[in-house]
Amino acid sequence: MCGATEGGLSLDGVDVKKEAIIQGQVFRGEDPVGNAYVRLLDRTGEFTAEVPTSATGHFRFFAGEGEWTLRTLAPKADPVDNRVVAAVGSVAEVNVRI
Amino acid sequence: MTRESSLVSPQWVEDNLDNPDVVLIEVDEDTAAYDKGHIRNAIKLDWTTDLQDQVRRDFVNKAQFEALLSDRGVSNDHRVVLYGGNNNWFAAYAYWYFKLYGHQDVVLMDGGRKKWELDSRELTDEVPTREKTTYTAQDQDTSIRAFRDDAVAAIGVQNLIDVRSPDEYAGRLMAPAHLPQEQAQRAGHVPTSLNVPWSKNCNDDGTFKSDEDLKALYAEVGIDDSKDTIALCRIGERSSLTWFVLKELLGHQNVKNYDGSWTEYGSLVGVPIALGDEPGDA
Repeated sequence: MCGATEGGLSLDGVDVKKEAIIQGQVFRGEDPVGNAYVRLLDRTGEFTAEVPTSATGHFRFFAGEGEWTLRTLAPKADPVDNRVVAAVGSVAEVNVRI
Repeated sequence: MTRESSLVSPQWVEDNLDNPDVVLIEVDEDTAAYDKGHIRNAIKLDWTTDLQDQVRRDFVNKAQFEALLSDRGVSNDHRVVLYGGNNNWFAAYAYWYFKLYGHQDVVLMDGGRKKWELDSRELTDEVPTREKTTYTAQDQDTSIRAFRDDAVAAIGVQNLIDVRSPDEYAGRLMAPAHLPQEQAQRAGHVPTSLNVPWSKNCNDDGTFKSDEDLKALYAEVGIDDSKDTIALCRIGERSSLTWFVLKELLGHQNVKNYDGSWTEYGSLVGVPIALGDEPGDA
């Protein structure tokens, strides 16, 4: 994927100080999953956003302060939930295993 | 309209991939998604360039819409089948467009691109070529489009359904959580609007919930069937999906989509705004 860097997505052009970023990568075993869907659920479990993973399995959300759940759906896999805490000015990196 | 006349299943699409009377069109929020693979024989519409005027803040006019569909090989007699990512978010926006300009036979593929992928159905990177047509659009059907004055006049009078996420509705976020936070000058919602996040219309796999579940969803928040309804979100795309549910699946009359939505309303001078999780007073 264009701009992808080892250890995470490129943050070029993103003002990290103003954003509460949640990002990461989806894996099946050791392989990145490029056809997964990652949903962001808020503290009440309500759907907030969803993104498809990139060819390298990466995803990113610009969230708000607080607790969130990532729900990952992929072909031939059960949905997987990961809890994450986001804070303005930081990047929460999450590796999802399906 | 009903579920049978406005939705087709992925299997129906698979069975009609070579049907000359059908044009399959992918419309995605991620405008590069098509280029990474799409359903065979599908063409692409880019909502940022094909469907939006590139100077004014508005969508393409009748002549531009006619030129677009003629160029892409869509005729007035074709059955147009739309699909896209994110629960058909932008495909529903395109569906509203086609209805706005009077296309008779247009449907969504239930579940959109996600359902197709989760079913492990085939995608291709081959781009089909289609012969150009002469498409004739109708004048805009403004019975399904709301403008800012309609939104203001609806406060405390009509059903206003704000379909953004609860945090956007309450004013804690200004935009969906996968987009940089920007746009309107003020956060919050139109007073008296009810918050029914658009995602509640769909199952996890992107398909629409049953009519019974959808009726229960809107009854629970107190939508008044005797009143006209305006759906709104941030830029009018997510609310197209709710418009589709209320008008096309559940058959409500007089449902409009406010495409100016919060980016317009939240930048207007002097209009009332409510903050927090409650609808607020008129």
